[in-house]
Amino acid sequence: MSAHDSAAPVGGKLVNAFTLSCAMLVAMMAAILFVRFLFGLGAATNLNDGYPWGIWVVVDVIIGSAFACGGFSVAMMVYIFNKGRYHPLVRPALLASLFGYTLAGIGVIFDLGRWWNFWHIFWPGYANPNSVMFEVAVCITAYIIVMWIEFSPVFLEKWGLKVQRQKLEKVLFVFIALGTLLPMMHQSSLGTLLVVMGPQVNPLWQTPVVPLLYLLSAITIGYGVVLFESCVAASAYRREIEMNLLTPMAKVMLGVLGVFLVVRATDLIVRGALGHAFAPTLEAFFFWLETISFVLPLLLIGTTEARRNPARLFLAGVAIMLGGILMRINGFLIGYDTGLGVDPGWNYFPSVPEMLVTIGMFALEVLGYIIITRRFPVLPREGAMATH
Amino acid sequence: MTTRRDFLRGCLAGGAAAATAAVPEVASARDTLQRPPEALGLLYDATLCVGCQACVAACKQANDNPPEFHAMDNLWDTPLDTSGRTFNIIKMYRNGTMQTKDAEKNGFAFMKTSCMHCADPSCVSACPVSAMIKDAKTGIVAYDPDACIGCRYCVAACPFGIPKYQFDSPTGKIGKCELCRHRHQDGHYSACAEVCPTGATLFGRTEDLLAEAQRRLALKPGEWTFVPRGRLPARDETPEQAARWKGLVDQSYEAQVGNYIQHVYGEKEYGGTQVLKLSAVNFQKVGMPDLPPKSSAATSETIQHTLYGGMIMPIAVLAGLTWVARRNVAPEADETKEGQS
Repeated sequence: MSAHDSAAPVGGKLVNAFTLSCAMLVAMMAAILFVRFLFGLGAATNLNDGYPWGIWVVVDVIIGSAFACGGFSVAMMVYIFNKGRYHPLVRPALLASLFGYTLAGIGVIFDLGRWWNFWHIFWPGYANPNSVMFEVAVCITAYIIVMWIEFSPVFLEKWGLKVQRQKLEKVLFVFIALGTLLPMMHQSSLGTLLVVMGPQVNPLWQTPVVPLLYLLSAITIGYGVVLFESCVAASAYRREIEMNLLTPMAKVMLGVLGVFLVVRATDLIVRGALGHAFAPTLEAFFFWLETISFVLPLLLIGTTEARRNPARLFLAGVAIMLGGILMRINGFLIGYDTGLGVDPGWNYFPSVPEMLVTIGMFALEVLGYIIITRRFPVLPREGAMATH
Repeated sequence: MTTRRDFLRGCLAGGAAAATAAVPEVASARDTLQRPPEALGLLYDATLCVGCQACVAACKQANDNPPEFHAMDNLWDTPLDTSGRTFNIIKMYRNGTMQTKDAEKNGFAFMKTSCMHCADPSCVSACPVSAMIKDAKTGIVAYDPDACIGCRYCVAACPFGIPKYQFDSPTGKIGKCELCRHRHQDGHYSACAEVCPTGATLFGRTEDLLAEAQRRLALKPGEWTFVPRGRLPARDETPEQAARWKGLVDQSYEAQVGNYIQHVYGEKEYGGTQVLKLSAVNFQKVGMPDLPPKSSAATSETIQHTLYGGMIMPIAVLAGLTWVARRNVAPEADETKEGQS
């Protein structure tokens, strides 16, 4: 992300019906959080001891951070696999990641029952390196810092701080390397969180290769989100879609998706867990929904011809995101059964205030994305792309 | 410029990182931990339990917990399950006419629900801030609210559903049995065992409790035998050691041997627990999960230590990535132009 002058602010008004709606949702979230912090988690959520983690963890943090893998997936393609032509996609993807992760990090605080102690997780003497969550917390925090540094040339560029920018650019490769390693570490560990729950997690989602599955799916979701965002941003800002970039990138996505599907299927067969997929259970139903969502992109954009169709790319991106959502909800909520069925009677469905907080978080993300892309040089300059 | 070589180089760096996640069970395998030799625990014999709930009341008192009401009149402590403020409860199995005690069909049976004090606890492995700690000597799994961040990973991790969170409080803590460790220095042992009138709940060293459980399993059902109450003295216990604990040493009485299932629950489950259980009714039917002998903490920590042991793998991958990124970031201005030509 260095001397890249083909990015430009989109411009335009910041206050309109859409941004105001987002702001309203954010205000509602703030009101609910006030109640939550004053009266406890039970006052706002449907969490219980059978389902101690709800959507604030599974959606806001685990799914939210996977959705924020666009920056990581694209940066890896550009800087590690040296595909320089995808460069125009880096900044918008990184911006979405920045918001996704920063908000996931803040969202964790809402869910912590004893949040004033949160710093213990970084403090020697308290920190427990055997804990998967320790790894996730430290790694995500480090990644948020690294991403702000990776993204800072945008601000330096806007404010005309040339000297600082040049200095930063000399060492930027270190942060780019870190920015590739850290998501690999915590996206895999987010899956490893399931392992210690043992047989409480349905064998369809409980496996020793869960870190690899979560890592591969996060990379795929990263590309899916870029497809989705590029299409939405193009339509919302009435810009041309960067098809010359999205078409080949979609092929890369299918490649990673293919590896993911092979690992997923092999693991299920080797462990002999496939039988659970044919049982007449809710878990099996959701397993197939998840699997169909992951296979759908192969059918939608399997051919080069199909990959030139923006509508198909958009749908494929949505399908991948849906598969990612389902895989995480299935592992942590639908396929999770406290006490292995001998301790029945636990149910969980998020309460309305709980959902409003999750919606508010996403609204805050969208709002931030709009403000920054309209005022800072993030999206590719229109003219530069039109030459193709 | 993108060449095949660049691409392969990228594959090498990225692929190495991905591969590290693929083969967790090679080096630094972490075996299931064993109980410490002096581990303390309980033996619960369901066939001796009369369901009087004296242990539930004593536990409330010893841990300074408020009553929980689930009946029409808010007069009696009536918890339906363990909770953030109920650490011990006696649950009841009912079937058909409920005529015979300890019969699976047309019968009823009791089962104690409280922390099992695992040899290799999932909650301790899960806790990111060492708020759940297993005492090296007694093996008691203890909770420290001053360290706790309230993430409830321990609640999710425990296969017995034991750590519970106080969702109704803005400063909610985790609540679970700690074997009354706060009373040990005064010579008091677990309140539930102290008050149990039939010796159904017995306090002692797990090693001795296991021997007692096996002794009972070897007897013929219906036979008369002496069973201890309160505290089971350790094998070869010296008078000095006995003086550490309050109460009569020998409270034993003669009781009839139950029609046991030939299994000491907790001897092997999940690597073994310090609380052991005997029952005449199938353990799964009375609420004890069927668990493998390997602990999940061992699997989880093997994966983590393989990937992050000494930070060798991450540092090696980072070195590779830095090297590649440095080569690819430098000529970027040209790349951009070329990319758009």
